[in-house]
Amino acid sequence: MQAMLTDLSQYITHHILKTPNKILQADEPLISSGILDSFHLIDLALYIEDRFGVKIEDTELNRQTFDNLTQLCELILSKTNHL
Amino acid sequence: MSTLTNIILNAYKDSPNKPILVLQSPQRDDLVITNHDLITGSAAYSKALQDNGIQPDEVVIIVLQHGQDLIYAFWGCILQGVIPSIMPFLTEKLSPQHYRQSLQALFEVIQPAAVVTYADFESEIRMAIQNTSVRVVLISEQIESPSSISNPIFPGLQRNANSIALLQHSSGTTGLQKGVALSHQAILNQIHAYKKAIQMTPQDVIVSWLPLYHDMGLIAGFLMPILTQNLLVMMSPFDWVKAPARLFHAIHRYRGTLTWLPNFAYNFCASKIRDKELNGIDITSLRAVINCSEPMKMESHAMFLQRFQAYGLKPSALATCYAMAENVFAVSQGGIDTPVTLDWINRADLISHHKANPTTPNEDAICMVSAGKPLSNTMVKVLGKHGVELAERNIGEIAIQSDCMLNEYYKRPDLTASAFQDGWYLTGDLGYIANGELYITGRKKDLIIVGGKNIYPQDIEAIAYSVEGVYPGRAVAFGVFNNEMGTEEVIVIAESEETDPSNRSKIADKVRLAINQSSDIVVRKVLIVERGWLVKTSSGKIARLTNREKYLNQISNEMA
Repeated sequence: MQAMLTDLSQYITHHILKTPNKILQADEPLISSGILDSFHLIDLALYIEDRFGVKIEDTELNRQTFDNLTQLCELILSKTNHL
Repeated sequence: MSTLTNIILNAYKDSPNKPILVLQSPQRDDLVITNHDLITGSAAYSKALQDNGIQPDEVVIIVLQHGQDLIYAFWGCILQGVIPSIMPFLTEKLSPQHYRQSLQALFEVIQPAAVVTYADFESEIRMAIQNTSVRVVLISEQIESPSSISNPIFPGLQRNANSIALLQHSSGTTGLQKGVALSHQAILNQIHAYKKAIQMTPQDVIVSWLPLYHDMGLIAGFLMPILTQNLLVMMSPFDWVKAPARLFHAIHRYRGTLTWLPNFAYNFCASKIRDKELNGIDITSLRAVINCSEPMKMESHAMFLQRFQAYGLKPSALATCYAMAENVFAVSQGGIDTPVTLDWINRADLISHHKANPTTPNEDAICMVSAGKPLSNTMVKVLGKHGVELAERNIGEIAIQSDCMLNEYYKRPDLTASAFQDGWYLTGDLGYIANGELYITGRKKDLIIVGGKNIYPQDIEAIAYSVEGVYPGRAVAFGVFNNEMGTEEVIVIAESEETDPSNRSKIADKVRLAINQSSDIVVRKVLIVERGWLVKTSSGKIARLTNREKYLNQISNEMA
């Protein structure tokens, strides 16, 4: 879980925020804070599909499903367990 | 004389069972709406407005998400002869407090009589309407559709063709001050001229994911097809942005022929859709993909064509348009009967002499994408200093005159008066004309366009000033074009007395968060600089363009 968290955090800070020095907290709000805007949610979904082999449905790309890294990792893990 | 009300009621009388609209939502079957459904659904809103004492010519603000309720609420207003204005719904990132403030700012200028919203949102709206003109909050869930229409004599039929049909706003504190008031006649004149420009026939099928609070979505992707009775396939912008392949599935399924996209969407679709999402998709039916509402780039067209040619996209389908709410929608249209003209011009002459001198394609040249020829009802001229008309290939401010101009900025006679000069509307856009075609090179006003949305930098700067640690009044916001995304990115530079890098980075985070939650945009870059970094004009204002240049020079020096 920690490795996945770091991986996702690095993807977001490097490729979406373009501020590699920033460290995202596991409970830091991502969607409700606007850190992840609608144009970039799909980038994150495509990255997760490539990296972890699970598909995040477009209907899951909202803050009801996840709003921070912990919740996102839990979502990915719940899908991996079903593989 | 015709009005929007006459036209949709006649269509209902002539062909009640004709499907005119397909509404798509994820995980649901497509909802087909006929003329009969549209009128009965809208009549329910019309009745509710009447029962609540809303008078013709009063303004009703619609705060609903993209969908059936929004469509019926809008047309219900038209049937009732009241003036609808569609506002963007609260998004996941916006702070409710800020949203309420912007509604209040809107209410103050527009003085609406009612707001239509959802039950869940009622308490929010009730807080916002305190001490305003709003008398009634209508809850969409409580509005019941009659099975038949008992009284087909709608008050909207009494409206004069020159009376105001609707108001359109752009976003932000500044945009909300300017309700573009459009008459029935102006809307119908625009549609008449635009249909000709795009050679529309009854067989055309329009596919749109565009929001209805913006002119491109409201006119091209909503009013025009309903009034011309062309089939319209609609999806929500929020659904599209999470799964852009939906647009191509809709075109395939309904044999779509026309769609409008802002420039960023070309890049977005070309780079974010996987092959497996396009299995079996055929979009040969598409005869025009019309680029509109932000600067158009040749590279965006090229990458879109390259990505979708294998699925049947024809090179001839690439088209362009220059539009603004003040002219209802389109001013000019290109790429319909002939391919879009590309004009290579000399970069140095453009910058130093404000001239668009043609040259051969090379590294020092700029490729300008033509916005096509003016519509048959619209005249365009380019004005130099002191309002003198310029010859072809000279760059100046674009001015327009037509029979589809706005009636006024609603309840703002001051803004209306200053927008016109000798009967010509001054667009604030810079450009030139060559061989009768229009090219847009930039803007006179410091406006930022992000993904087709107009953003006023002063609104963004005001939010930055409010952040603790930012030196009062010392921040600037501007746009820088991002080639990868095909649109502008907003950069904010703020001065601070803080010198510690980690504290500066905390201030930058706070500025970013404040802007994200209090505006329609997301800021990509916030730079905290020392006192005195920002350049001021002689009158003591912060010079946006000069600071933008300074920032770009600094970036290129860092890269070198």
